[in-house]
Amino acid sequence: MDKLRMRFSKTGRAVYISHLDLMHTMQRAIARAGYSLKYSEGYNPHPQISIALPLSVGMSSICEIMDFRLNEEIDTRIFRDKVNGCFPEGILATEVYPAERKSSLIKWLEIEGTFEYDERRPEEVLDSVAAFFDQERIVVDKKSKRGMTETDIRPMIRSIAFSSREDALMVHALISAADPTLNPELLSGALRQLKPELAPDFASYCRIETLLSDGEIFR
Amino acid sequence: MDKRLTRILPRVQKPSRYTGGEYNQILKNKNEVDLRVAFCFPDTYEIGMSNLGMSILYQTMNSLDSVWCERVFAPWGDMYEEMKKAGIPLYALESGDPVSEFDTVMFSIGYEMAYTTVLDMLDMAGIPLRSENRPDLLPLVCAGGSACVNAEPMAPFIDLFFLGEGEELDNEVLLLLRKAKMEGWSKKEFLRQAAMIQGVYVPSLYDVSYNGNGTIRAITPETGVPAKVKKRIVEDLDAAPYPTDPIVPSTEVVHDRVSLELFRGCVRGCRFCQAGYIYRPIRSKKPQTLIRQGIEAVQNTGHEEISLLSLSTSDYRPLSELCDGLLDYCESRSVGLALPSLRADNFSVEIMEKIQKVRKSGLTFAVEGGSQRLRDAINKNVTEEDVLNTCALAFSGGWNSVKLYYMLGLPTETDEDIVGIAEMSEKILHCWRMNAKNKSRGVRITVSTSCFIPKPHSPFQWEAQVSAEEYLRRVNLLRSSIKARNVVYNWHDAETSVIEAALSRGDRRLADVLEEVFRNGGRLEAWTDYFRYERWMDAFARCGLDISFYASRERNVTEILPWDMIDMGVRKSLLLREKEKAYRSELTPDCRKACSACGAASLLKGIQCDG
Ligand code: SF4
Repeated sequence: MDKLRMRFSKTGRAVYISHLDLMHTMQRAIARAGYSLKYSEGYNPHPQISIALPLSVGMSSICEIMDFRLNEEIDTRIFRDKVNGCFPEGILATEVYPAERKSSLIKWLEIEGTFEYDERRPEEVLDSVAAFFDQERIVVDKKSKRGMTETDIRPMIRSIAFSSREDALMVHALISAADPTLNPELLSGALRQLKPELAPDFASYCRIETLLSDGEIFR
Repeated sequence: MDKRLTRILPRVQKPSRYTGGEYNQILKNKNEVDLRVAFCFPDTYEIGMSNLGMSILYQTMNSLDSVWCERVFAPWGDMYEEMKKAGIPLYALESGDPVSEFDTVMFSIGYEMAYTTVLDMLDMAGIPLRSENRPDLLPLVCAGGSACVNAEPMAPFIDLFFLGEGEELDNEVLLLLRKAKMEGWSKKEFLRQAAMIQGVYVPSLYDVSYNGNGTIRAITPETGVPAKVKKRIVEDLDAAPYPTDPIVPSTEVVHDRVSLELFRGCVRGCRFCQAGYIYRPIRSKKPQTLIRQGIEAVQNTGHEEISLLSLSTSDYRPLSELCDGLLDYCESRSVGLALPSLRADNFSVEIMEKIQKVRKSGLTFAVEGGSQRLRDAINKNVTEEDVLNTCALAFSGGWNSVKLYYMLGLPTETDEDIVGIAEMSEKILHCWRMNAKNKSRGVRITVSTSCFIPKPHSPFQWEAQVSAEEYLRRVNLLRSSIKARNVVYNWHDAETSVIEAALSRGDRRLADVLEEVFRNGGRLEAWTDYFRYERWMDAFARCGLDISFYASRERNVTEILPWDMIDMGVRKSLLLREKEKAYRSELTPDCRKACSACGAASLLKGIQCDG
């Protein structure tokens, strides 16, 4: 059968499952649902399953993309319902369909961040934080394979907006998913490095949508 | 989830082991149950979630509608620090609720080195360590598992011990506790009632007095309390609860697979082996039951491997039938079959050929003693000829790695026996040269030694352990005797063995040592990452106790032993007879050849011992 794609969410307690463990969890969930994954040929066969753009541990998402192949033809809707009965808490498939475009075409990610301030009310910092991200350049130290490097993350942010809630400052942004990848944690990280007085005491992020380079929704 | 926890989790290693939420976890409405059980494993999630006993009892206890049993594990050091800093008490995985809110805290203790982790977990839960400082009925602190067959070092901390198998026993105690809670019994009232249930040991109902030389003068039960507590067993394993839908961890654990238990007990009677005696009588499961349960469990979990568990898998009579039945299902679905604990004989090589068509892992022999005389003394029925014949078959079949396990410091061991270990490895090397088809891949022979630890309820329960210095002398003797380059020698350190020896045959006075070690930061002591020998030695010194009294002293056979109130089924007189036979290097035939009337069969009512 052709390559299939599952869109799923990873929220709640499941956000702490690492990428590698998630792959294994998916394999087992599919087996429990009564389907068999296709294995690669060769000396060391492994199941044909891949999850695009690994999430870092602690981050949630309602738009994860997993591509896989099965040994049989399926009714995608029945498959989705069955596999949804086999996941650990916090993982849920929203849609299963034949994969047409390559997931490497995902260029932008829509994300939502929650900045928590323990000592201040969020609206107090709203304007200053917005102004910080309005700058032309935001150069941060970034860990890379070659040690620490300086990177300007501003071009990796296509748009960013802030609003305040009772208990947190909400961030809404379109950030670069690939070439280069911006880890959303660097948004609060940039504040911590460059404007510690504005940095939240805790920040968490959720992926909302995957987009192509022209801003169209990726499926 | 606790907001403080969401802040910590992204910072710690492998956070998903602290969240719960796995597939097949059991959730109930806490307002609709009468009793909440915090089922604690005093080690990490990865170890605890690999434990079949834990999985069986989780299911068993939750089969009661009025009870909700949840899991609790010990956090690794980084998480421990974070929890302390944030003031988060120990919590249960399913609900996230603090352990202190539960009606009972039940520990499954499989090894003595976990004792201080029990104290640590109580402390993290905010529960007073000592039973006497917990005057109320709830939370009731219980413990069971194989490190409770001599429960004395833990006696002051634990209200109630479970002896033997818990499938029936645990629920009986829980139902009594439920009654006591509803009717408002005092703790003492409950404990006295519970002590009437076979398999329940309530240490506070037994007074222990000592002689001037430190040995026990008397163990005196309160009036009306049984002088000897008999362990409990499950008679019909085919009918016993087995979880075919166990929790599937969302992160890697030590044994990520379906475990099938073939039988309980062991027919071999090796004299150093506690497990060989405390799990008697022998009861087997039918292959049909195992095949059905194995297939169901694979379907319900999605696991890729089934592992067959027992103390000596080759002694399972219908092993071929079982393997064939499972392979029928497994092969087409690329589910692997693993058989640890095979005796290294020709039959096993055949079975292994069958199950590992591609991957040839190493061959493992538990030889234990370096000469025939010593092996006869410990009743380890393995001959050099057996080993060499099996190796010949395995080498010609393409295996190229052999692991040999020995113990140093066994009773009656001489230097000659130790040199014998080196000689045996040379012979195996020679055997490889003679039989290997393809020598270009080389051969790897690994010899491992551990320091013998005399254990309660085994024939060697009266023996002295050799001192750490003596063990190291023997290690060095063996090191210098092994000359061949293809033979690798690994030895366990002596320090943990000394502590383990002291604890496993300790008395109640060791509770102070345990508490002292814990107060000085001793937790997860089963891990070399955390084990500190000096901490133990300091604790012994500060408590005015001599570790050699416990570890390296030979007990007189007339001495009252700290665990004498515990009856694990095998008669003490049989253990004594076996000890004496050891000194004559006299073999005892295994149960299949002749029943030695060990006494354990008297625990059975409806069936015969399958020895
Ligand atoms: S009763 Fe006999 S056969 Fe059964 S375990 Fe004891 S010695 Fe072995």
